Amino acid sequence: MPALADKAPLLSVRDLVVEFPTRRGVLRALDKVSFDIAEGEVLGMVGESGAGKSLTGAAIIGLLEPPGRIASGEVWLRGERIDNLPRERMRRLRGRRIGMVFQDPLTSLNPLYTVARQLIETIRTHMDVSDTEARNRAVGLLDRVGIPAAARRIDDYPHHFSGGMRQRVVIALALAAEPELVIADEPTTALDVSVQAQIIDVLKEICAERGASVMLITHDMGVIAETADRVAVLYAGRLAEIGPVRDVIQRAEHPYTAGLMGSIPTLTQTAERLTQIPGSMPRLDAIPKGCAFNPRCPRVLERCRIERPELIAREGGRQVACWLYDREAQDA
Amino acid sequence: MLTWGPGFTMIAFILRRIVQSVMVMLTVALVAFALFRFVGDPIASMVGQETTLAERAELREVLGLNDPFAIQFGRFVARAATGDFGISYRLQQPVMELILSRLPATLELALVSGVLAFVFGVGFGVYTALRRGNWISGSVMTASLIGVSLPTFLIGVLLIWVFAVELQWLPSFGRGETVYIGDWWRTGLLTESGRASLILPAITLGLYQMTLIMRLVRAEMLEVLRTDYIKFARARGLSNRAVNFGHALKNTLVPVITITGLQMGSIIAFSIITETVFQWPGVGALFIRSVQFVDVPVMAAYLMLIALVFVIINLIVDLLYYAVDPRLRVDRANARH
Repeated sequence: MPALADKAPLLSVRDLVVEFPTRRGVLRALDKVSFDIAEGEVLGMVGESGAGKSLTGAAIIGLLEPPGRIASGEVWLRGERIDNLPRERMRRLRGRRIGMVFQDPLTSLNPLYTVARQLIETIRTHMDVSDTEARNRAVGLLDRVGIPAAARRIDDYPHHFSGGMRQRVVIALALAAEPELVIADEPTTALDVSVQAQIIDVLKEICAERGASVMLITHDMGVIAETADRVAVLYAGRLAEIGPVRDVIQRAEHPYTAGLMGSIPTLTQTAERLTQIPGSMPRLDAIPKGCAFNPRCPRVLERCRIERPELIAREGGRQVACWLYDREAQDA
Repeated sequence: MLTWGPGFTMIAFILRRIVQSVMVMLTVALVAFALFRFVGDPIASMVGQETTLAERAELREVLGLNDPFAIQFGRFVARAATGDFGISYRLQQPVMELILSRLPATLELALVSGVLAFVFGVGFGVYTALRRGNWISGSVMTASLIGVSLPTFLIGVLLIWVFAVELQWLPSFGRGETVYIGDWWRTGLLTESGRASLILPAITLGLYQMTLIMRLVRAEMLEVLRTDYIKFARARGLSNRAVNFGHALKNTLVPVITITGLQMGSIIAFSIITETVFQWPGVGALFIRSVQFVDVPVMAAYLMLIALVFVIINLIVDLLYYAVDPRLRVDRANARH
């Protein structure tokens, strides 16, 4: 576990608010989300579909689809504020300092160009190298992500590769200009179970060896448990809990996280029935007052229906947005 | 399975398309041939009123008109294949000669309006897709609606009224001065008056196609801009130019090529109206005159010519597709799905 306190974080997201203006009013898709990613750290980002995981990634890299926009809050990358950069400077930063891996490798690559062309183009956009140098780098990258006979396969088109191989190519592309942070948005969801572990391993290894931090967006708790250093749990666009992965999985503090963990089958425990959280996540235009989780919460307090809980610092570098822990904090 | 080299698949593909093309041509030949049988009596068109019934019967025998249908059709196809469509009833000249002398005018007109339609269609389409919502895009889109809904002849007449009658900038009819390139190709492209005469008909003929291409490019481009590989290209930090023109436009053009190719065929076929409005001395105008005079050999030859143009364009389009889209080329048999 890297020491988090004594180093300035690589990425720092502060009170990020993302809004979508619609005809029926402004929808808040992310509401005051704050978290840090340390140098070399893997941060898992979990939550149900629509909780705002992917949106967080898109907001950080500056690729929110209009009309979505960052309404307030700040994103800092190594001490530099990046959420308000001019468009052209933000573009230069994408790929060079923040790389991104998308969910579906079958659609992430341009079908009309060879892998070589797409890699060389990316490398030469960000680095002042000749065509031959870029090509050599590209072959090296493909080799590194585990494409056999990379020097020959590089001139193939995407459709010549299988899904798993294509995701390796995508990882090579995302890492082509050696970014400091890689945002991986459900990188294994579209793949066969048998290759999921391989892809996660490749991603983790290659990032570790380059010292790149990873923001791993997924709803697969198994992947998070094996890969991440810390995990952030999103619910209805708000951060419910964040902390070291082992603590959060084994001793979830937020009732939502507890419910989420209880719904995962394990081999070691035999349960008659997996627990499930009653109800479903609210739609963005109907987020309840107070804590967004209060209508479904088994331990709801009166206060939860009125006042929204802020993140409360807990021991071991954990933070939880739940009033249950406020009293304890005051007592201590 | 045996793997053949990519060259083999390519040749097999071309051969298959050529066989298909021949079938299409034979079918059209059947229709063209049927014209002779069902649109009036060819003998009546050839001889004068004073010809006796016996002479007519003899001529019928000599021309082989009493032979079984299949034999006559076979003869028609065999002659057509060598470019022999007989003698025009109206002008008493070999049909092929007539058509060849008129063809350059039509091809030049079609080519210029096709290129205009493609260039401006793709240009406006890309512009309106990338800059949707601004007022220029809005006006272009509105103007394109007018272009689609106005009939060709009306556009031609309006252009003549504004640019030929009122402003007197451009001639309203004819091809202007022409010069020969080689033995039979008369071109208007090399003289100033020839080029000036070409402008109005080319715009008239190409406007509709341009608006179609524009709307198609715009729709395709918007579609492509939403794809994952465009998002990924942006996430890799590629410049807007590289993303829009390097990645998006090429993917947009795959379906656009087909439509444009087919439109090139319709441009040649629909040049009839434009040629009539501008008295353009091309095959379209020849065809209209032939219809008026029931000049069956010319009509049949024109039909075959248009069919041939469509078939050839289709073949070229398929080959272009093959060149643009690597997924259609032979799989190297090492993909695992």
